[in-house]
Amino acid sequence: MDLSSISPTLLVASLMVAATPILLASIGELVVEKSGVLNLGVEGMMIIGAIAGFAAAVGTGSPIIGFLCAALGGAALSLVFALLTQFFLSNQVATGLALTLFGLGLSALMGQSYIGIKPPASAKLGLPIISDIPILGPVLFSHDITVYVALALVAGVWWFLKYTRGGLILRAVGESHDAAHALGYKVVKVRIMAIMFGGACAGLGGAALSLVRVPQWTEGMTAGAGWIALAIVVFASWKPARVLLGAYLFGGVAVLQLNLQAAGVSIPVEYLSMSPYLITIIVLVVMSAHRNKAALNAPAALGRAFHASR
Amino acid sequence: MNMKTILASAALAMTAATGALAEKTKVGFVYVGPVGDGGWTYEHDQGRKAVVEAFGDKVETMYVENVPEGPDAERVMTDMALKGADLIFTTSFGYMDPTINVAAKFPNVKFEHATGYKQADNVSVYSARFYEGRAVQGHIAGQMTKSNIIGYIGSFPIPEVIRGINSAYIHAKAVNPDVQFKIVWAYTWFDPTKEADAAKVLIEQGADVVLQHTDSTAPQAAAQAAGNVITFGQASDMAAYGPMPRVSSIIDDWAPYYIARTKAVMDGTWTSTSTWDGIGAGMVGIGEISSAVPADIKASAEALRDSLADGSYHAFTGPLNKQDGSVWLAVGETASDYGDGGLAGMNFYLEGIEGDVPN
Repeated sequence: MDLSSISPTLLVASLMVAATPILLASIGELVVEKSGVLNLGVEGMMIIGAIAGFAAAVGTGSPIIGFLCAALGGAALSLVFALLTQFFLSNQVATGLALTLFGLGLSALMGQSYIGIKPPASAKLGLPIISDIPILGPVLFSHDITVYVALALVAGVWWFLKYTRGGLILRAVGESHDAAHALGYKVVKVRIMAIMFGGACAGLGGAALSLVRVPQWTEGMTAGAGWIALAIVVFASWKPARVLLGAYLFGGVAVLQLNLQAAGVSIPVEYLSMSPYLITIIVLVVMSAHRNKAALNAPAALGRAFHASR
Repeated sequence: MNMKTILASAALAMTAATGALAEKTKVGFVYVGPVGDGGWTYEHDQGRKAVVEAFGDKVETMYVENVPEGPDAERVMTDMALKGADLIFTTSFGYMDPTINVAAKFPNVKFEHATGYKQADNVSVYSARFYEGRAVQGHIAGQMTKSNIIGYIGSFPIPEVIRGINSAYIHAKAVNPDVQFKIVWAYTWFDPTKEADAAKVLIEQGADVVLQHTDSTAPQAAAQAAGNVITFGQASDMAAYGPMPRVSSIIDDWAPYYIARTKAVMDGTWTSTSTWDGIGAGMVGIGEISSAVPADIKASAEALRDSLADGSYHAFTGPLNKQDGSVWLAVGETASDYGDGGLAGMNFYLEGIEGDVPN
């Protein structure tokens, strides 16, 4: 065993990269759930984003266009969910699950001719001097642009929910859609916009996987990342800053277990692989033990269908 | 009448029917990854295409990609047998028990299982001596590394993979006594995400050579992004990543074997056999050593390849000790294929490799 071969600096730097796809997906899902909608289709939207972004980047040679198409692809798929749940008032859990299955199948079909192809490399933030600062350089200033976009989105969502009128309306819709409706807010419109934002974020997360982290396309490459994103939102008790923490924790464990293996530590990797889920369960148990904490801080109208006639 | 007999008689009826109607020999292939993986499955599919080319109208091939190693594989094989396949190649280690099970239900269908060790009257096994190629890789890697750290991405801790690690290690050690191996197990044959992560971790921990026993080109991409890291194509040439990071490769050439076995089925001369060929027979090829490797290293690597090919040198020649220091091969002794301490069941690291073989 030789733990000195694990460099903390590089570990932090690589966990930031590893966590970016799930961070993007979970910050999007947080906004969706804050508006009172439970979309379990994150995995499906991520993988559609992964293939849409990959195909567009390969086709045009531009990763930026790839990311745009990924966001559009994710948002387009989420519109299907929005249509079904907001207009036809279908069950959100069932619709979300169907969306995941649909996304996985559709992406496999779309990706048939993209297996084994190299995508164009996306730009890194190569600041001349700052990137070379000993510890801060690799950790903060030499990543792919998606890492910074994800961080900016987290900060933006936090600010939006806490300090803007729009954020207040979104939260009101999520807490009590009837009251928000009585006040004259367009509940369905707000929710559709939130759902599309969540879809776009999940799509970006998928593209971060297929264009930056791997970078390659394979069928089913998200491999459960969407479900982890859903777990992170609950783990974070619907708070943006904690989503960041959760995503880095999940990403960190994934990177750490490989690092420990390479350093020759003989803990079965299964323990580390299951640890984030164990933490999620423990956090849920601890939080739900305090009943007065307003039921886990969950939006009160989460998962409930809204119809204006009521 | 139980299910087994129903299935068997159905298969008999179908093979008889197809035999009477058409002269075409049907050959099925079960793949563990997609044919576009650029590695293992890609080469098996090249073998399939060679069969089509060799026999034209007389043969009909079918294949199924991305078949998980487990009960699902049995379903796919049964389906192929019911569709009238005369010969089925199952091309991954994990198909071993499914192949044996399905073969028992279809005695008239011939099965060929790659890299396994369980034979039956209608099940042959075949594999290639990849460890000979690993010897050449280790020889190049040991001399090319500057950090003296060589990263190795393992798939599953099975004899085939452990043989490769041992072979690469002893040949790297022979040319560079300071060399150290860092091994990460990915527990998958094909998962670009995991393979890329594993390669990145190894590179972060100082490896400037990454060897892989997984099938995708993702580690090559990770090495390319990192810069001064070299890799070797696995199972296929992976020439798209040359001359850097890919400096050479192990190429599996299944085509001659697939053609010969299909011919045997057509002629009715097929019998259950165990084939294990290496560089000499052409089943293992060493890909072009790229310009990134200095000429003298290239020359000695090619000399090693040729000595393995003509049989004048065995990749596992004593003195070699096991990891715990006990003697495995005495001076001048070469490893046997089977039996105690044989290559087929190798489940131990050799002396000098750190870490344990996972269970």
